[in-house]
Amino acid sequence: MNPALRWLREHLVLLLGLGVLAYTFIPIAVVVLMSFNDPATRNVYRFDGFTLDNWLNPCEDPAMCEALGLSLRVGLSSTLVATVIGTLAAFALVRWDFFGRSTSNLVIFLPMAAPEIVLGSSLLALFVQAGFAGQLGFWTIFIAHVMFCLSFVVVTVRSRLAGMDDNLEQAAQDLYATPAQTFWRVTFPLVLPGILGAALLSFSLSFDDFIITNLNSGNDTTFPMYVWSVARVGVPMQVNVVGTLMLVISLVIVLGGELNHRRRMRSVRG
Amino acid sequence: MATVNPIVEPAVDAVDPGAAGETGRRRGPGAYLLMAPAVIWLALFFLVPFYSLIATSLYDPSGSDQAGWEMTYHVGNYATALRDYWDSLAWSLFYGAAATAICLVLGYVVAYAIAFKAGRWKNLLLVLVIAPFFTSFLVRTLSWQLILADNGWVVNTLQFLGILGEDGHLLATPFAVVAGLAYNFLPFMVLPLFASIDKIDHRLIEASSDLYANPVVGFFKVTWPLSLPGVVSGTLLTFIPAAGDYINAQLLGNTNTTVIGTVIQLQATTANQPHLAAALSTTLMAIILVMVVVYIRRADTEDLL
Repeated sequence: MNPALRWLREHLVLLLGLGVLAYTFIPIAVVVLMSFNDPATRNVYRFDGFTLDNWLNPCEDPAMCEALGLSLRVGLSSTLVATVIGTLAAFALVRWDFFGRSTSNLVIFLPMAAPEIVLGSSLLALFVQAGFAGQLGFWTIFIAHVMFCLSFVVVTVRSRLAGMDDNLEQAAQDLYATPAQTFWRVTFPLVLPGILGAALLSFSLSFDDFIITNLNSGNDTTFPMYVWSVARVGVPMQVNVVGTLMLVISLVIVLGGELNHRRRMRSVRG
Repeated sequence: MATVNPIVEPAVDAVDPGAAGETGRRRGPGAYLLMAPAVIWLALFFLVPFYSLIATSLYDPSGSDQAGWEMTYHVGNYATALRDYWDSLAWSLFYGAAATAICLVLGYVVAYAIAFKAGRWKNLLLVLVIAPFFTSFLVRTLSWQLILADNGWVVNTLQFLGILGEDGHLLATPFAVVAGLAYNFLPFMVLPLFASIDKIDHRLIEASSDLYANPVVGFFKVTWPLSLPGVVSGTLLTFIPAAGDYINAQLLGNTNTTVIGTVIQLQATTANQPHLAAALSTTLMAIILVMVVVYIRRADTEDLL
């Protein structure tokens, strides 16, 4: 067989896979490109010329930055709460045997199996029935976000804990470490990457949520809601700056974590 | 790769929550203290709302936000909701199913390539799978709007090739909605598939080729059955959010194909018909639950065969 053909045959699946991956980056490339766009008019969404203005004046529309601020506040606070209580639950589920364990597992899994529109409309029904219809805003968004982030935190930390070898902890105890010392010096550092991964996931879920938030936010506007509201009249190019920044920041965190992990693995093998 | 796990794990674990080593678990009341905050939060803001939702769906339709709502166990709301909006429900299920089918084909190729062919680039490629997922969902979808626009290069190319007629367009068609959904939910398919395919023992595939199975037969007799758990969780994780989504339908579709998410959103807010929104939400959830149960059962039996 022709060597070129054979090479193609051997690498066909890889090439197809890379092709699909490349296709998922087309819209991202457009977002990055548009963040440098100098549009002739606001409602024509087309690349007219290169400029750094969008990056230099991110808050040209103050409403966008206000929405961004709310999204950051909601994202950070709900991530903090969801990560803490989700991690506690993950420890209980992996390390303890208790009555109601499988029911708890089910209750934690279910929110991930419900479409957002159902979660959002049922929360709204609760808030309205409880008499909070007029007070929808930061707190109702926060409650909703902790709710849907929780399951993902539990599942992430649980998988990290479940995959952990307990030999190290037993070794620590054999060397007369107290349970508290064992936990803080051995267990916690080992689980920490899982907890940080869960926090990152939780923040990006919260920051990106639209459907549930849109039902439970009253008059407050988060960043995705802002984008939605301006989508019809023409999106300011600064929205693409935010999209690009989100991508860059998360890639730096993820790749940085990966590199750090590799370096440590190398020094351990050393 | 801690950040990859979350999407992989839910369904994998959900199938068998007790899988993690049964030995050496502690007993005692401590577990309840650790569980309490999470369980109470989910009970109050996930389980109780379902009760509120069902209660709201049975309100008397004569009510209004000004006059108040009266509970008359008006089951007729479901009939009204289904009579008026069955087509939206059907569109949502169709869009969800079509996007899931496309994701399964594309996602399988990606997951297979990463698991079996990527070698030491495995982790980097996994990061690339989730990278687009980190840019805002809405911004990504708006980007599709631009790509598929009537004077964009995709439409121009297709018109040049004669695939699309001179006055043909992609934006505001069901095709654009399915393409957008398939794009947005692809990582939900790839990650569980990867988790399953990555675990397959290569020797089994080699054995099948030693026994004179050609690669296609080998794939369908060995690789595919062993990857079924990933197929099941991937299709569920894609179908459920895709069927409830209305962002793609609103930004990329047209007004003739309104999806159920749009209807629920409007009825619950601007249209002031919370009982209809609640009835439709409950119906959607019920349909999805039934589908999930039937599907998992069927997948299990096939797995046993």
